[in-house]
Amino acid sequence: MKTVSKVYAFLVFLFLYAPIAVLIVFSFNGSATMSRSVWSGFSLQWYARLLQDRMLLEALRNTLVIAVIAAAVSTVLGTAAAVGINGMNRWARRAVMNVTNFPMVNPDIVTGVSLMLLFVAVSKAMGGRSLGMVSLVLAHITFCLPYVILSVMPKLRQMDPNLYEAAQDLGCPPAASFFRVVLPEILPGVVTGLIMAFTLSIDDFVVSYFTSGTTQTLPIFIYSMTRKRVSPEINALSTLLFAAIILLLIVINLRTAKDGQEKTAGKER
Amino acid sequence: MGKAKSAAFPYLVWMVIFILVPTALVVVFAFTDRSGCFTLKNLEGVGRYSNVFLRSIGLGAAATAVSLAAGYPLAYRIARTHARRRNALIMLVMLPMWMNFLLRTYAWMTLLEDSGILNHILRFLGLPAAHMINTQGAVVLGMVYNYIPYMILPLYSVLTKIDRSVIEAAQDLGADGRTVFLRVTLPMSMPGVISGVTMVFVPAVSTFIISRMLGGGSNLLVGDLIDMQFLGSAYNPNLGSAISLVLMVLILICMGIMNQFDENGATEGGVMV
Repeated sequence: MKTVSKVYAFLVFLFLYAPIAVLIVFSFNGSATMSRSVWSGFSLQWYARLLQDRMLLEALRNTLVIAVIAAAVSTVLGTAAAVGINGMNRWARRAVMNVTNFPMVNPDIVTGVSLMLLFVAVSKAMGGRSLGMVSLVLAHITFCLPYVILSVMPKLRQMDPNLYEAAQDLGCPPAASFFRVVLPEILPGVVTGLIMAFTLSIDDFVVSYFTSGTTQTLPIFIYSMTRKRVSPEINALSTLLFAAIILLLIVINLRTAKDGQEKTAGKER
Repeated sequence: MGKAKSAAFPYLVWMVIFILVPTALVVVFAFTDRSGCFTLKNLEGVGRYSNVFLRSIGLGAAATAVSLAAGYPLAYRIARTHARRRNALIMLVMLPMWMNFLLRTYAWMTLLEDSGILNHILRFLGLPAAHMINTQGAVVLGMVYNYIPYMILPLYSVLTKIDRSVIEAAQDLGADGRTVFLRVTLPMSMPGVISGVTMVFVPAVSTFIISRMLGGGSNLLVGDLIDMQFLGSAYNPNLGSAISLVLMVLILICMGIMNQFDENGATEGGVMV
């Protein structure tokens, strides 16, 4: 049974990672014809070209700026909203959760189209300013919010409501009770929400596609390349991003492992 | 927690401006013609595309079912591992999401093509080449590949929070492994199942890139139709809004049923199984 589940987990991870491995391998392909599946020798030419592509680097910068702002704002707004919703009576909570579920349930493409109609109308009213970074950030916060709330809500529901009341009975002011009692309890959900918002924002193509105007984000840039023929430059960029993420993961993991050791060592003493 | 309610206020204002108003705009566009007069022509036009709607729903449902069947055992296994390894494993699930989905889908193109890597491998093994790209199977595969992390994460999140002592209590009362799973673990993880199904089904049904890249021209989905009306060759935002409206209503009905399910699960606990 143990082996079966190990093999199963291995197979799922193989399924998740094999295509990425292919992308990475072909970023080193020396082929001048940009073939997708014929290997013709090791080369770093695509990395060299990548560093010279100003449009691509600007798209990357836009993507990161948008993701950081959208993740931060949606996590704060979303966590506050989850706490508020949790404190509502059953009827109000149900009504608000229906509105919250709406953009999640609503297909991305419809969200994108509807926001495009709004931004176009507003920009016309404001004298023809075209869509760009501002509309992108607003759109990204909007579609990230429900994911933050849905990550935080289950933790709040699983939390014993008496804890918060107990803190207040013991004379702790509401704000302090939140930060010292509620927040630590729901923190895993908040962090999941933050990471999800950041990932969703970086990864988003559909909503950005309809709300970006002429501003390029990385996915939009990639899309315009897939319409022609994908340049292995993009493979090279994916490889670099992937390496950066792995590095980040290792650092986080080492720190948690260290924390864990310190905690257990502390307990033993 | 009377005061806690006000914490949701900024969020509610945000939702009115960026969700309710834009949605109202879609409705207005769906019921007007180019000059802004009321008309039902757009909605009548949607009827011609019912086969596209059926195909989208069928493929999306298949992808959701596969994701749940494949994702649940993994989420369960990860939730059961030692806490220190658990975080690393769940990061492994999330990691592919950091690669853009256009690239992930593009990678599958290079794998599935007639002259692609999988066919190279098949030939190497002496097996006949298979035609995989531009089929409905390829579209479902692309959907599962892109959206399965959204299934695994909420399942994992709920499964780790299940109190071990509840399971131990069931075991002490003589339940075997299968009974514990069916009558304790599974019902307690239903909120995660509902979130996961929602998070996979909605983007799968409405995708337009996956079908374009892996399905070829013959597997047009609703998303492709909408894109064509707004940014494509068949420019007609009014018809596009009408198609969007129908898609939206269909999905809301599906999800309304799912939500009902969730409410029962949350309030009545294990009664469902």
